Amino acid sequence: MENTSLAHHLILAGLLFVLGLTGVLVRRNLLVVYMCLELMLAAATLALVAFSRFNRTMDGAVLVFFVITVAAAEVAVGLALIVALFRRRGTVQSDALNTLRD
Amino acid sequence: MPDGLFMFFAALTLGAALLLVLSRNAVTSAMGMILALVGVAAEFFLLDAYFLGVLQVLVYAGAVMVLFLFIIMLLNTDDPEGTYPWKTAAIGLATFFLLGAGVLWLFHWSGAVPKTLAGPTPPELTVNPAEFSTSAKSFGRLLYTKYLLPLEIAGFLLLVALVGVVSLSKDAKEDNA
Repeated sequence: MENTSLAHHLILAGLLFVLGLTGVLVRRNLLVVYMCLELMLAAATLALVAFSRFNRTMDGAVLVFFVITVAAAEVAVGLALIVALFRRRGTVQSDALNTLRD
Repeated sequence: MPDGLFMFFAALTLGAALLLVLSRNAVTSAMGMILALVGVAAEFFLLDAYFLGVLQVLVYAGAVMVLFLFIIMLLNTDDPEGTYPWKTAAIGLATFFLLGAGVLWLFHWSGAVPKTLAGPTPPELTVNPAEFSTSAKSFGRLLYTKYLLPLEIAGFLLLVALVGVVSLSKDAKEDNA
């Protein structure tokens, strides 16, 4: 712990966020895109906890608590939307969902 | 050089996230996601945020990912065979390497992040009502004093999400009958 600085945690969080963003841009399966979004949220929480720990305040950690709560609610609603979409269109591939474009 | 446990869990997290992004099978992606979230929880433990680490494993790696796996298996969709078009792959690689290099530059070479916490504490922080602590008790104290309104809103948000999911997943045909 003594040798691990704030910058190391921030680099890890940043790389995780970039990986999630790449997945959101590249992947076609809506479920995988959604998991990549969750990965970006987790990366942000890691940065928050690191800042909280190295600034010796509790507020960042409490904010992470709320982020986890909101993420859980958001996952439930998003998955219900994806299931409703699948019932109507029979697919969850994002390049097959182009009715508005055509 | 950071210590060994940090490096181990960082490598585990990044490798699992890579598996999530690259795997063709959605179930394999979900397994990578679980591993990545457990790795993030381990980093929480290394940062002395034990309560958040436990919460991360219980809520994320437990409940949320079980929901994901359930939906993946319910819909049972396979990615179509074949490779990605070169344009998509190029965009993905360019995003990853450009932004990754940006992250490394910003947090390592630009000097924006202080190497140590040297320097005097600002006067407004000398009396810190919420000193960092590892106990769950300090969470409770903050949640019911300074963050009482956000806590109530979060509870209401969970209720709204519950009602919303029930009304979304009801079959539309039943309403017409």
